[in-house]
Amino acid sequence: MADTGDNVHLTVEFSGGLEMLFSNRRKHSVSLPKISPKGTPVTIDFLVKYLCDHLMKDSRKDLFIMEDNVRPGILVLINDSDWELEGEADYEIQPNDNIMFVSTLHGG
Amino acid sequence: MPPSICALCTANRAVILRPKNHQKLCKPCFLITFEDEIHETITSNNLFRRGERVAIGASGGKDSTVLASVMKTLNDRHDYGLDLVLLSIDEGIKGYRDDSLDTVRQNARDYEMPLMILGYDELYGWTMDQVVEQVGKKGNCTYCGVFRRQALDRGAARLGVQHVVTGHNADDMAETVMMNLLRGDLARLSRTTSIITSTPSAAPEAKAATTEGGLPSITTIKRSKPLKYAYEKEIVLYAHHKSLLYFSTECIYSPEAFRGSARALIKNLERIRPSSIVDVIKSGEDMARLVPGNEDACANDCATNASATAAEDEVQGCGSAGGKSSESMAKMEARLRENAKAEENGLETEITSVTVEMNSLKLPNGKNKASRASDSQPRRKKKVTQQVMGTCERCGYLSSQSICKACVLLEGLNKSRPKAEIGIS
Repeated sequence: MADTGDNVHLTVEFSGGLEMLFSNRRKHSVSLPKISPKGTPVTIDFLVKYLCDHLMKDSRKDLFIMEDNVRPGILVLINDSDWELEGEADYEIQPNDNIMFVSTLHGG
Repeated sequence: MPPSICALCTANRAVILRPKNHQKLCKPCFLITFEDEIHETITSNNLFRRGERVAIGASGGKDSTVLASVMKTLNDRHDYGLDLVLLSIDEGIKGYRDDSLDTVRQNARDYEMPLMILGYDELYGWTMDQVVEQVGKKGNCTYCGVFRRQALDRGAARLGVQHVVTGHNADDMAETVMMNLLRGDLARLSRTTSIITSTPSAAPEAKAATTEGGLPSITTIKRSKPLKYAYEKEIVLYAHHKSLLYFSTECIYSPEAFRGSARALIKNLERIRPSSIVDVIKSGEDMARLVPGNEDACANDCATNASATAAEDEVQGCGSAGGKSSESMAKMEARLRENAKAEENGLETEITSVTVEMNSLKLPNGKNKASRASDSQPRRKKKVTQQVMGTCERCGYLSSQSICKACVLLEGLNKSRPKAEIGIS
């Protein structure tokens, strides 16, 4: 998907049980404003709030976030790379990024 | 942020930050490092011997799927000479286990391993769906845990296998250490930290026991945890980067199980300092060594431990380790709150009632006879002081009591089962 106008398009994936919070769908196409209301480029932090407000139909937000952060035990992969190597929540989202949230919390 | 370079090959872009040492690795280096460490755990603990037939306890979840994959890889690469089979337990939970067993079947095809599926209905005459219908959704995890533990051993015996490996990971171990510390259960702390929970040598009497068919009896089954030092994070990343197929829906009877307190604590600690997981395990192992009177003081209990507790260490139950914590921790917390309230109101707190409560902690709220049976446990314990190893009078399973937990639970269930056949004909 190309980057059009004032929006940035990306793919968001959920696995490890998180898909159940997002209409039981693993892959979602998401379009975000390039610039957040604060006037800064959009980050993972912004994306997470956006997902909670717009994409999550399930009321159990606390299974995904905790104190406004991604819940401990949920891994975030930015284009297959550990988000800890990419600046975590401050990573600035680029066009066509693939952001994956994987829960490690579900049964072994 | 500039891309990080792999610390090992210094060529590829790093995609993984290892939680235990902050090493940055690329995908191929991570996969090989992960496998090498499991190999190291296996060899330094002498987990296997050549020609051994080993059953992999497979639930279709991430841990057992990764375990099966790594076991196959290492067995081929290092020529362990193991005969690997998959063993799955069907608890009889529609819409949950049905689906995860499909995953196990796929694993069996992918790894070219024989698969045996053993059902609770076949073993105990009760599926978990029926148990829940009987006892309700509270406390059913206790039944499931007790039944599963024996089921794996029985399944292994049927397969003619004396060694079962399970997918318990470092996070599970750290959580167990925390739980046992919080409960003050030092005896259990020392058993659950060991990588092998039951060995034939620790069960001299049982060693000789074989069934009529010459197959190993259930009392000689050895258990080990090759993933004991593997972080949950790395297990999930290994599965992801190897595109392993696993099943990750929560059990329908404990949908909130993974919110257990000990589990949340471990995850929060990991966020602050990732090495805390391994540190907690190491501390647990060290403390276990310091448990006073490892030989004498806990003769009642520990003498029979090596394998009898095999049945206990997973009592709490469900596939995800979280289930155990939330189940018993919630009760513990409720009890603590009650005590605090009682103190505030100036009520007396009877010490005896607390002990009784501790004993029945693992059992459902006294809805059936099972919990009453546990009240008599302390008395029975004294009787078996001199016994090295007990077996259940009814089923022959290893037990420190005259009747094992599964049989006690079954008795409760069967007593309340409607006897339809006695009805008017």
